[in-house]
Amino acid sequence: MRAGARRRRVGEGVLHLILFLCGSLSILTTLGIVAVLIVETVEFFREVPLIDFFFDTQWTPLFADKHFGIWPLLAGTFLTSAVAVAVAIPIGVLSAIYLSEYAAAGLRRALKPTLEVLAGVPTVVYGYFALLFVTPLLQRVIPNLSGFNALSAGIVMGIMIIPMVSSLSEDAMYAVPSSLREAAYALGASKLQVCLRVVLPAAFSGIAAAFLLAVSRAIGETMIVAIAAGQQPRLTLNPLVPVETMTAYIVQVSLGDTPTGTLEYRTIFAVGMMLFLSTLGLNLISQWLRERYREQYQ
Amino acid sequence: MKLDAPAMRRVLARRAWADRLFRGCAVLMLLIAVGTLAALLIDVLIDGAGRLNWQFLTSYPSRKPEQAGALSSIVGTIYLMVLTAAFAFPIGVAAAIYLEEYAARNWFSRIIEINIANLAGVPSVIYGLLGLELFVRTMGFDRSLLAGSLTMALLVLPIVIISAREALRTVPPSIREASYALGASRWQTIRHQVIPLAFPGILTGSILAFSRAIGEAAPLITIGALTYIAFLPDSLLSPFTVLPIQIFNWVSRPQAGFHATAAAAILVLLIVLLLMNAVAVYLRQRYQKRLSF
Repeated sequence: MRAGARRRRVGEGVLHLILFLCGSLSILTTLGIVAVLIVETVEFFREVPLIDFFFDTQWTPLFADKHFGIWPLLAGTFLTSAVAVAVAIPIGVLSAIYLSEYAAAGLRRALKPTLEVLAGVPTVVYGYFALLFVTPLLQRVIPNLSGFNALSAGIVMGIMIIPMVSSLSEDAMYAVPSSLREAAYALGASKLQVCLRVVLPAAFSGIAAAFLLAVSRAIGETMIVAIAAGQQPRLTLNPLVPVETMTAYIVQVSLGDTPTGTLEYRTIFAVGMMLFLSTLGLNLISQWLRERYREQYQ
Repeated sequence: MKLDAPAMRRVLARRAWADRLFRGCAVLMLLIAVGTLAALLIDVLIDGAGRLNWQFLTSYPSRKPEQAGALSSIVGTIYLMVLTAAFAFPIGVAAAIYLEEYAARNWFSRIIEINIANLAGVPSVIYGLLGLELFVRTMGFDRSLLAGSLTMALLVLPIVIISAREALRTVPPSIREASYALGASRWQTIRHQVIPLAFPGILTGSILAFSRAIGEAAPLITIGALTYIAFLPDSLLSPFTVLPIQIFNWVSRPQAGFHATAAAAILVLLIVLLLMNAVAVYLRQRYQKRLSF
């Protein structure tokens, strides 16, 4: 009996350790990502001065005449993300208002999962849709739209992000206590006034969190822009011409057979670092905002 | 401001009108979202249904669009998913059990929690860069199934952990307390009471996590998975391709014939996703019935 109890205690200890190691693996993953990015980025900046990276206006690491200015990739990323957010925020927030304040329970139960399907469609499928459906459709309205462009990639990316925006905004609106709504109704406000002047302002930090997360998602999205936005790094704010985003550049280099240790190989890690830092920053601020509104009404 | 009855009626009418307008706008926005989904599905169906036949499912990719098939990418997708699940499922569930049942509420478990939430928001290409440096180059697995599935396992791990924790949280504390009261140890309680009750929920969440991974192409392209494979993988270290990469490859070609092929492959991918989600929904429904005791 005593030996059995001891064996059991040792067994429990070993199990505890194994479970602990599995729990800590996520920390190792983060450390791994950071280490890999830092090591290769440092190597990259040994060969390319920081000044070139931040002040050169051309990005041509794959050509004979090499330039390493990050701005064209940032412009492409900004452009597609801006279009995506301009699509996702109004549609997402208005859908959330409708679902949480107006829609009947039955309609809500049917519409919510339908919206969620949008987030489950693989991104290559969206890329196909952007390149072969949305672009030809837009070309009928805008004749000088290129076959690859930031506009249709951005629109489709925005559609993809709608469920995330609407469910986060809905959570925020749900957290607004009904006593606030009832007080406004008691003062004679209409439903619209309650939505726009009470619920929306009260849920603002949650909607801001959704906005930041939408930007972060759009910046990190890869396949849609790699398929539909083109692969020409270009310092422009014109959404009608081909551009290249940071993520699309990583895909472009990965498709070619670039040997380890070359400067071209390291560029994708330097670009990856920019991508990682910008999405991490946005995610952290968004998380902080969400925690704030959770506490606000308790 | 003084309001007589007609002025008041005008204000009310204006408000009712604005209310209707706003409601119309909101419904329009929802229709745009749902309509896009419908347009996407119909577009893919029209483009791809003609190419989706037995020959397509059993042929290798080809230079001629009408002979191209998705066999190697379908088999690659299945192998990759099974391997990814074999790595990520046990580790993810173990991590969730640790965080829910064992970890003290201290700074370390708080760090792990924040870290998992952040990992779930890291763009998938970044995981590709990690896999490229760690598995492909440093460990020397090359562009193999093993390197691909390890990369994908790291990618889905945070989602598996988050959903497994939610499932574990639905097990009422009274069950654990009853088990302890009968003299069971912590692990016995977890093994015989908590896991059996939470398992369908864990499975549902994990299937949804893996169905997300099935559609991912970016991390696999980043680790250098090939786009043209005319054989089936025969070991962990064979090169491979998956449906999303094959679709990307076909979409990127200028010939319209390949676009139809891509649409057919998209249909295969969507059907696989639909089946996985159906299984998840089925499990969830059975689970809900069982927990109400």
